[in-house]
Amino acid sequence: MRHFSYSRPETFENASHIPDHARYLAGGTNLIDLMKSDVERPEHVVDLNALPMSQIEERPAGGLRIGALVTNADTAAHPLVTERYPLLASAILAGASPQIRNRATNGGNLNQRTRCHYFYDPDMACNKRSPGTGCSAKGGRNRIMAILGTSDACIATFPSDMCVALAALNATVNLIGPEGERAVALRDYHRLPEDTPWQDNVLRKGEIVTSIDLPPISFGKNHTYLKVRDRLSFAFAIVSVAVGLQVENNTIRKASIAMGGVGTKPWCVPEAETLLEGKVPSPSLFRDVAECLLQGAVTDRDNAAKLKLAPRVIIRALLQAAAGTPQSQTYKSIS
Amino acid sequence: MTLVSAKIGQSVSRIDGFAKVTGQARYAAEPHPAGMLYGFIVNSPVVRGKIEAIRDEAARAVPGVVEIMTHLNRPHTALFEKSYVDGLGVPGSPYRPLHDGEIRFNGQPVAVVFAETFEAAREAAMLVEVDYERWPHNADFEAALHQKYMPEKPRSNYVPPKSRGNAAEAYALSPVKVEGHYHLAPEHHNPMEMHATTVIVEDDGTFTVWDKTQGPQAVQAYLTSALSLSKDQVRVRNPYVGGAFGSGLRAQHNVFLAALGAKMLKRSVRVSLTRQQMFTHVFRPEAIMDIALGATLDGTLQSMIVQGVTDTSRFEHNMENLVVWGLINYKCPNATADYKVAPRDTYTSSDMRAPGAATGVNLFEMAIDEMAYACTMDPLKFRLHNYSDVDAMHDMPLTSKALKEAMVQGADRFGWHDRPMAPKSMRDGKELVGWGMATGIWDAMFSPTSARATLTADGRLRIATAASDIGTGTYTILAQTASEAFGIPIEKIDIELGDSTLPECPTEGGSWTAASAGAAVWLACQSLREKLFKTLSKNGSTSAWLTEGLSNNTIVLKDGFLQSAEASETLKLSLPEAISLTGQEMLEVEETAKPGLRGTLNQMRKARFTHSAVFCEVRVDEDLGIIRVTRLVNAVAAGRIMNPKTAASQVRGAMVMATGMALHEESLMDERVGRFMNHNFSEYHIPAHADIPDMDVLFVEENDPEVSPLGVKGVGEIGMCGTAAAIANAIFHATGHRYRNLPIIPGS
Repeated sequence: MRHFSYSRPETFENASHIPDHARYLAGGTNLIDLMKSDVERPEHVVDLNALPMSQIEERPAGGLRIGALVTNADTAAHPLVTERYPLLASAILAGASPQIRNRATNGGNLNQRTRCHYFYDPDMACNKRSPGTGCSAKGGRNRIMAILGTSDACIATFPSDMCVALAALNATVNLIGPEGERAVALRDYHRLPEDTPWQDNVLRKGEIVTSIDLPPISFGKNHTYLKVRDRLSFAFAIVSVAVGLQVENNTIRKASIAMGGVGTKPWCVPEAETLLEGKVPSPSLFRDVAECLLQGAVTDRDNAAKLKLAPRVIIRALLQAAAGTPQSQTYKSIS
Repeated sequence: MTLVSAKIGQSVSRIDGFAKVTGQARYAAEPHPAGMLYGFIVNSPVVRGKIEAIRDEAARAVPGVVEIMTHLNRPHTALFEKSYVDGLGVPGSPYRPLHDGEIRFNGQPVAVVFAETFEAAREAAMLVEVDYERWPHNADFEAALHQKYMPEKPRSNYVPPKSRGNAAEAYALSPVKVEGHYHLAPEHHNPMEMHATTVIVEDDGTFTVWDKTQGPQAVQAYLTSALSLSKDQVRVRNPYVGGAFGSGLRAQHNVFLAALGAKMLKRSVRVSLTRQQMFTHVFRPEAIMDIALGATLDGTLQSMIVQGVTDTSRFEHNMENLVVWGLINYKCPNATADYKVAPRDTYTSSDMRAPGAATGVNLFEMAIDEMAYACTMDPLKFRLHNYSDVDAMHDMPLTSKALKEAMVQGADRFGWHDRPMAPKSMRDGKELVGWGMATGIWDAMFSPTSARATLTADGRLRIATAASDIGTGTYTILAQTASEAFGIPIEKIDIELGDSTLPECPTEGGSWTAASAGAAVWLACQSLREKLFKTLSKNGSTSAWLTEGLSNNTIVLKDGFLQSAEASETLKLSLPEAISLTGQEMLEVEETAKPGLRGTLNQMRKARFTHSAVFCEVRVDEDLGIIRVTRLVNAVAAGRIMNPKTAASQVRGAMVMATGMALHEESLMDERVGRFMNHNFSEYHIPAHADIPDMDVLFVEENDPEVSPLGVKGVGEIGMCGTAAAIANAIFHATGHRYRNLPIIPGS
């Protein structure tokens, strides 16, 4: 960890005007670790915890606004979330550990960095950490790396569970910055690495995530968050799938599906959702959806297993959602 | 409340538990001597090569930095390489930290920054720039196999495999054959407490070294030898150790670098490793085993051919007893085994909990399961059918082997007799259910150990030996032993361990501490009681009942009181009273437990092992590859169990570790750079709570007075042996697929 200065602004105005080489601090569960490993080397740390972003409130037109500083744990336990957006609560509970969820914030979850081994090790080349040095994950031990949305410059997975559910829920991210406020669809919030992998998302300098809006949408019981990982708890996804379906008379009216663990960002393919709409749930339909979702997948040395596993997880998740039997995050057997 | 004596065999809660949960127990990184400097190690990103230049100006400019120690400015150390050989006796050329500019493995320390704060040391360490000349290397195990060899001079504890019959011919003639290539990934020990050393420079210039080690006397010997210091200049302490699993068997580089820094700066220093740096030293070697088994149609083993290789570094020949376990444990007329090591450019692999057996027993027991199925025979029946009552490799009798009883009792507890033979025949919802079993075997060792027993004026008993309690419960079992042997309540006993100045005790490891230190304490306590009685009868001016009792040999020491075995219970003498009657301030004895001549001869005539039978239930989601271990039963035959509570805890802990071996743990080597890349707990997976079911540990009665003076065998490693195989075998029973690579992970 390098020497840094610290401030704790109390207004958005002050928080938005920051020097170069500054980082925002919320729960710190990721940033502090990265600073200790010398991956993040901010000269200035701007603590956001004094800003008013700790509410969960109903929106006039229905829907919910979730403050960026609300912890993952409080979000997953909030009655309005568990009643209306159980998919979100489920995805949050599938991630990390109780201790981390107690500390980690929703804004921080959006902005967490990849868990790529090579990103985490300053001795290794990494374009995301040190632009232009190359990607040593390619051809390396990359079982956990992405198979979708990768580029020559980067194959790092975006690790969040929560964001996969937010993508399936078509959430919107509210930002405030030096040039005012704006809203970005969550599906557009994270960037593909392309040739600038150090930019994880569309945030501009001085911009802060203030809240996340969930649209007024209900999937009833027809949703699930299904996560496959290397142990039964406290591990990042190898493959995860969030699904929400609106089913009437055994016909899918509306479908939302997003994947985690496989992409450089929460992975959504609108064509796959369209494929489902107006159809009767069936294994063959779900196979087609899986194929559509995984189109363009590229594997490297160690991560071909993801491509083998992903269609199965997609199909199972769709079966769970269609049957109205969402995956429990407490009981580890997969229904 | 009357305090009564504890007994060996009682379930006593840890006597050090309160100190641990209240933070009073002090670990190696916790003493804060005045003026102490913090050392942070700079590790090489290069796997082989030579340091060309070190630029440390930026690092030295960090406020608080006092010195940056490298091979160029370090103080004088021992001239000869042999002075760096540590107690574990791995042959070869020991790694000498900061000796010269040559890089032999990725992560090798190249500098240590000493600063007034940890933060300054760490920041400066990140600013040290080193230029390297890079040399070709090989860190790939598969490639290293081409260079496998048998070291000329094997490790002292190496058991050479001994062939019998004609295994190749018998295999060719066997109507039932199985053959498989098995593999275990490298693992890192990863004890909870990271390796750390605090060197306190005392006023007289001597060093008190708090080190995370399993052997304070071994570290003292190493430091005095390697740093050319005299024995009375170095005292090593490790009263509490937060797990080690073998990582503390050898003196690790942190202790050498801390002592070297203290010598250079003449100030107290601390060097502690980060979790990431814990992946720059010892690990359990990667291993392959090729196993071929032949049997007759009725399931009688005819031939066993075992070939195994583990990795080692280029500079030392680490060896394991990998291939012998099946040859020892199974009756089979023809058997042969071969073992080699494969060198690669890493740090030297080293002993990790049940070294050799954790790998060799588990992989062999997976092959045995395949053979049972090839003979269409229940795996338990197959093992009973090929059971050996002797050490079949050396054709030597055993002091005891209650493995049959363990298999039967474990099977009963598990409900094994309800098991359908056919794989993939049990299902619950979307999950396939499988039951598997395996047996375990580990050495039952005893090493000469000394202990001191002191009775102080306040009537307390102090026990001292240089043993290490690495979290296993040694404090507690020694207190129980002393309590029973002397006749004093456990609350009146103080146990001192983990100090090189205490009576000699070998480095903790191999499950020998309970048997060895236990015997020494027993002997010392008995001897102290005799001394008390003798002294009292010589110069005790005392009451009639006592004088008479002492001369008749009818006085007993019970619950801290001398009383007559015959006279009324109201006639009692407390220990403080007794001491004052002796006219001395304290009474003290030191004794050494040795096998003795008879014992030594016996050790040559009889083999000694701990055994176990493990039963496992798994549930497997076949589509998704998700494996859940839902039941584990382990029946252990380990001689006399000193404390069922701490012993079961040892076995359960090892079963958790073996679950990691079966399903999770794998250090991922990037052979391009020779570095283990998943060097943190986020990506090096040990089992989480959700991965571990309730574990049922039962101890099978085994009365074995020959194995050690107290009939104790030790239980630290046995839980590793067999558990991983039982899980793998259960996965076969669930799915019908054989997975011969451990760990078995989703997508494999």
